[in-house]
Amino acid sequence: MPLLENGQITPDRWHVAVDGEPLPEGAVIVPLERLEEGLARTGDAPLGVAIAPDVDVAVLRTALPRLELVAVTFPIFRDGRAFTQARALREHLGFKGEIRATGKPLPDQYEFLLRCGVTTVQTERAEDISVWRQAHEIITIAYQPSTLHERPQGLGLRRFLG
Amino acid sequence: MSTDTTTLPVGRYAYDQVDRTFLSQRVAQFREQVARRVAGDLSEDEFKPLRLMNGLYLQLHAYMLRVAVPYGMMGSDQMRALAHIARTYDRDYGHFTTRQNVQFNWIRLEDTPDILEHLAGVDMHAIQTSGNCIRNVTCDEFAGAAADELLDPRIHAEILRQWSTLHPEFTFLPRKFKIAISGSPHDRVAARFHDIGLVARPGPQGRPVFDVFVGGGLGRTPIIGVKLRDTLPEEDLVAYLEAIVRVYNAYGRRDNMYKARIKILVQALGVEAFREKVDAEFALMNRADYRLDPAIVDGIRARFGIPPLNAPADAEQTLAASRKADPAFDRWVRTNTHPHRHEGFICAVISVKPDGGIPGDITADQMDLVADLADSHSFGEIRVTHMQNVVLGHVRKDQLHDLWRKLAAANLATPNIGLVGDIIACPGLDYCALANARSIPIAQKLSARFANPELQERIGPLNINISGCINACGHHHAGHIGILGVDKRGQEFFQLTLGGSAGRDVAIGQIIGPALPEDETVDAIARLIDAYLVLRHDNEQFLDTYRRLGAASFKDAVYAPA
Repeated sequence: MPLLENGQITPDRWHVAVDGEPLPEGAVIVPLERLEEGLARTGDAPLGVAIAPDVDVAVLRTALPRLELVAVTFPIFRDGRAFTQARALREHLGFKGEIRATGKPLPDQYEFLLRCGVTTVQTERAEDISVWRQAHEIITIAYQPSTLHERPQGLGLRRFLG
Repeated sequence: MSTDTTTLPVGRYAYDQVDRTFLSQRVAQFREQVARRVAGDLSEDEFKPLRLMNGLYLQLHAYMLRVAVPYGMMGSDQMRALAHIARTYDRDYGHFTTRQNVQFNWIRLEDTPDILEHLAGVDMHAIQTSGNCIRNVTCDEFAGAAADELLDPRIHAEILRQWSTLHPEFTFLPRKFKIAISGSPHDRVAARFHDIGLVARPGPQGRPVFDVFVGGGLGRTPIIGVKLRDTLPEEDLVAYLEAIVRVYNAYGRRDNMYKARIKILVQALGVEAFREKVDAEFALMNRADYRLDPAIVDGIRARFGIPPLNAPADAEQTLAASRKADPAFDRWVRTNTHPHRHEGFICAVISVKPDGGIPGDITADQMDLVADLADSHSFGEIRVTHMQNVVLGHVRKDQLHDLWRKLAAANLATPNIGLVGDIIACPGLDYCALANARSIPIAQKLSARFANPELQERIGPLNINISGCINACGHHHAGHIGILGVDKRGQEFFQLTLGGSAGRDVAIGQIIGPALPEDETVDAIARLIDAYLVLRHDNEQFLDTYRRLGAASFKDAVYAPA
């Protein structure tokens, strides 16, 4: 599926580094193992990094000011570690750039992704965009704080989404 | 928004329009997911976590729907809705679970959106009754009523229910996650057999504080939870729980579902290293964002109806006279009631375990009767217990005899609470795809064998727990006598464990010897109990006799030649 942002298809300006090949020109997402190589590039082309689910995001602390994107991944949709990584990037490391969910998240997880700080989704799944949009719009109330700092509703920890 | 406590349902959180909107959105979402599954857009593998998040399991013969009863509390209107579902969509009965929920065992997938819609009409749902998420928060069945209670844990149970509902970060955890909360020094929630167990007591300025236990559980690897934090202030409750579950989500094993519970992580890291990780996470958090302000707690508290406890001055004498006049009633009062904080009231336990019956099964007609009796005798409030029984929490003492007669007429007055007949059993091979053996027939045979109420009372407090496989849904490790079904070359065998306890004197039962064939198990337990009656000192309880003497004396009785 093409890149998804705010429930809409959006053009993707990022290139993903290919194993064993030099880094391409322009905006590039490197795997964590090639982060040093990415940081060593000359010029000011945007740099992003892709991390595996078992990575402690604290390892990105020093590099983060120079990164515009962090890609987290769902090797299977049931593996929810990327939720915690995204939230830690926002809450503990103050990351303001793009957090991209890759791999195989389900449309039914879209709202959870957004509330944990993910901004774009590049899924290997084939659903129509409308399924994702609907998943985003169907529930308008939440019962706990999130990285989005939604408007409190007034009772308990309730808040309005969207 | 009304804050008139007389119009709010007693003992549980009253939904308002916002909560109802949320629930109807959730039903619409599931209806759409079912449609996508039926159309083939979702594979069974993809649909599975979605249906599990709505309490829908695929069992041996049919779908099973598990309806949430938050901290075991429901109203008479809700019980009637369950009776309606039993009649309309199931086979005229439902089943109370050890997580204080209700299960329906014969459900059709296509009916579930309509069932959930009907439930939503009475502010009920099946959210997070299964799946790898935070499950129904359980609570003391005598909460808000018990004489020994220090504070009512239901307010914080409700806060945790809301906080965990569709939690964006914690809905795809390594494995299921169970929280229990108690407000009494007498642990009636098995706090140390939970992923997180909370024991609340009053702290400074009248605000509660919590002792936090973590990493307990039964299942294949029974482990007693360890105390992670003493005296946690109320305002940090949500933040601290977030920190624990984040550490679990990040580091819990995902390669082997049998080693994925938080207890395995706590054991693997060691409690000190685990605590360090939680403390580090807690220190990093912006606590203002997660602060549980006293005003938030009080706002939730204001949504709970409070029963107006007024009883005539002679309520106690009336009860005493009825007990004197009616020995059968007197026995039931001894076995099936619990002291209330108000002198004119008492808590009544309705046994859902008739002699020879299936533990926890209740018919639609019985559900309706319980609803009517809750209206007439307990402010419309009903509690499901983790022992798979039902409690009416606030019964006037002078009206207890009337209640008992009406219960007895519906076979709901078996005087066996806490006794041999009060057996916990999992659904076993009769329903469950995981089971090795049938738990229910053993429970029925034991219950019938010890049906004599005088004998049961003479034997005294004795918890028998039966699991049909090592997943331990019948909590056999926590039973004074635990029975575990195993498969031996295609035959059902049962292994006995002794000395388990889920209370404050928490212990894991120990295997006594080789597993017994199905047809010898009940006789062996009868010999075991006979041996106890001979060996005990005065009124010594089974657990104490076992602890004094050890397994050897009982082993001879169990394995005595027939």
